[in-house]
Amino acid sequence: MARTPADLVGAQPDPPFEITFDGRSVTALPGQTVAAALWGAGILAWRTTREGGRPRGAFCGIGQCYDCLATVNGEPNRRACLVPARPGDAITTQEGHGHDRLAV
Amino acid sequence: MTASPSEPYDLVVVGAGSAGLAGAVTAAELGLSVALLDSTTQSGGQFYRHPAPALGAVRPEALHHDWSAFSDLRRRLAASTVTHLTGHHVWSVVRESGESGAAAGETGETWAVHAITGADGTEEQPVRITARALLLATGAYERQLPFPGWTLPGVVGAGGAQAMLKSGLVLPGRRIVVAGSGPLLLAVASSLAAAGARVPAVVEAAGYLRYARSPRALVTNPAKAAEALVHGAALLRHRVRVLPGSAVTEVHGTDRVEAVTVSRLDGDWTPVPGTGRRIACDALAVGHGLVPQIELATAVGCATRALPDGTLGLALDDLQETSVAGLWAAGETGGVGGAELARTEGELAGRAIAARLRGRRADPDPGRGVGPGRVGELRRRRDRMRAFADVMSAAHAPGPGWPAWLEDETDVCRCEEVTAGRVREAVTELGARDARTVKLLTRAGMGWCQGRMCGTAVACLAARGGTPEPPAERRPFAVPVPLATLAALDERATEQNL
Repeated sequence: MARTPADLVGAQPDPPFEITFDGRSVTALPGQTVAAALWGAGILAWRTTREGGRPRGAFCGIGQCYDCLATVNGEPNRRACLVPARPGDAITTQEGHGHDRLAV
Repeated sequence: MTASPSEPYDLVVVGAGSAGLAGAVTAAELGLSVALLDSTTQSGGQFYRHPAPALGAVRPEALHHDWSAFSDLRRRLAASTVTHLTGHHVWSVVRESGESGAAAGETGETWAVHAITGADGTEEQPVRITARALLLATGAYERQLPFPGWTLPGVVGAGGAQAMLKSGLVLPGRRIVVAGSGPLLLAVASSLAAAGARVPAVVEAAGYLRYARSPRALVTNPAKAAEALVHGAALLRHRVRVLPGSAVTEVHGTDRVEAVTVSRLDGDWTPVPGTGRRIACDALAVGHGLVPQIELATAVGCATRALPDGTLGLALDDLQETSVAGLWAAGETGGVGGAELARTEGELAGRAIAARLRGRRADPDPGRGVGPGRVGELRRRRDRMRAFADVMSAAHAPGPGWPAWLEDETDVCRCEEVTAGRVREAVTELGARDARTVKLLTRAGMGWCQGRMCGTAVACLAARGGTPEPPAERRPFAVPVPLATLAALDERATEQNL
């Protein structure tokens, strides 16, 4: 039995790179989305809800549910399950309505 | 937004999964100019979702059933004249009369397809592409039913876990319970286990006995039975228990999943008191079947049909055309039936469209029921697989008792954080009788996902135990569109009028 998904498909990825999540360093593989990189580091939540302030992360995994909205390099409301991770990306927990950039 | 010299295309295909790929390559091989649009960066759709090239997967087929069917379509796509436009999120299709006059076949019209672009649709440049015919192969998304704790991080869609594994080679946890209803659960559990997760249980709300009520559909679809056996054998090998007639009725944990409670259900899916038992896990992958994604079609008035599991699919004629002339559909949009059916319908649609645009009949002798040659063979195959899909759909239709597992404080609408208590209040105190009225009273279904996650649940609660009306699935925008995109359209229209 394969021990990891990468073993299962015989992955030989290009060299990994670093992104940050709320300032903490996270290793991502090229070709992974932001959500996949965060899951790979054991991080499941990167948004808090508008009303209850509850933690949320990827749910539908295919861009339909918008639960995985994250702030990527200062830009809010990016669907982490669709956006590819790039070297040096700064991912921050998106709080509430995601309009922080507009200062409203 | 300048139109390319090839426009209008003969055909625009929306969706590059099994149905769209088959339709696009078939039409192109028959001589049509074809553009194939998909929101992702690759072809394959959800079923054949696979890692990006940079992940260097040597054996992507290890996560797939019938990979060779996809690699064949991919090879034909590469060898074809099809223009494959990735990262195109189509938000609207509009019929525009007369632009290409008599050249546009019987309908004499063109279609405009509007898309936003980029991995998540946030690139500045909106796109408009024109075509003489349209094939919608937009697939399906997962149906969810809420339960206490389902918004906790670590609870993910079963299809979502599968998608993240297939494309990103990641898992949401190490001990993952798989729950809900439908054949997808077995496939998800066997891939998660093969990828190294421990799967303590597959919790299936339905009983599998309902399949036995339709023996004919089973024996005429041996490939489906074989697929189930493959998954069954994989589950045995990974020591995964399958618990039919059961549901996860509670998720435990504060900021992430620590355990779930699994309860026995009666035939109506009402939890049997006192049967709950706790299973430790760090993730839950859950889903209750799939919902055809048909907003683009219903927005232009295509007729729908109610499917045996309570969802709506597009009503299609014998050659895959919708009730709106010039607009065809294939695959899950007509009812969820899997990749092989989608391929068959895609090819059938591709042939029908080519025949229409060339002013010929796709089926030279329709009077004899099934025509000769390839089209007749495709129609027979489709009908056989559709019969099986209907059996499957009926076997996993949610029982009327499922709302009994909701607590008043359970979130039903994840986006707007509307609880079951508030939805029930809208129904019992304020007189709401349908999902739309509940939405207007509570905001359930008004958030980012536009009711895709809570729509089934809200419709059931509004029906108060009666048969829920399927959600109307009419949305002017199939995906959220920035105001700047709409403003740009207006400028363009103004320029054209000058």
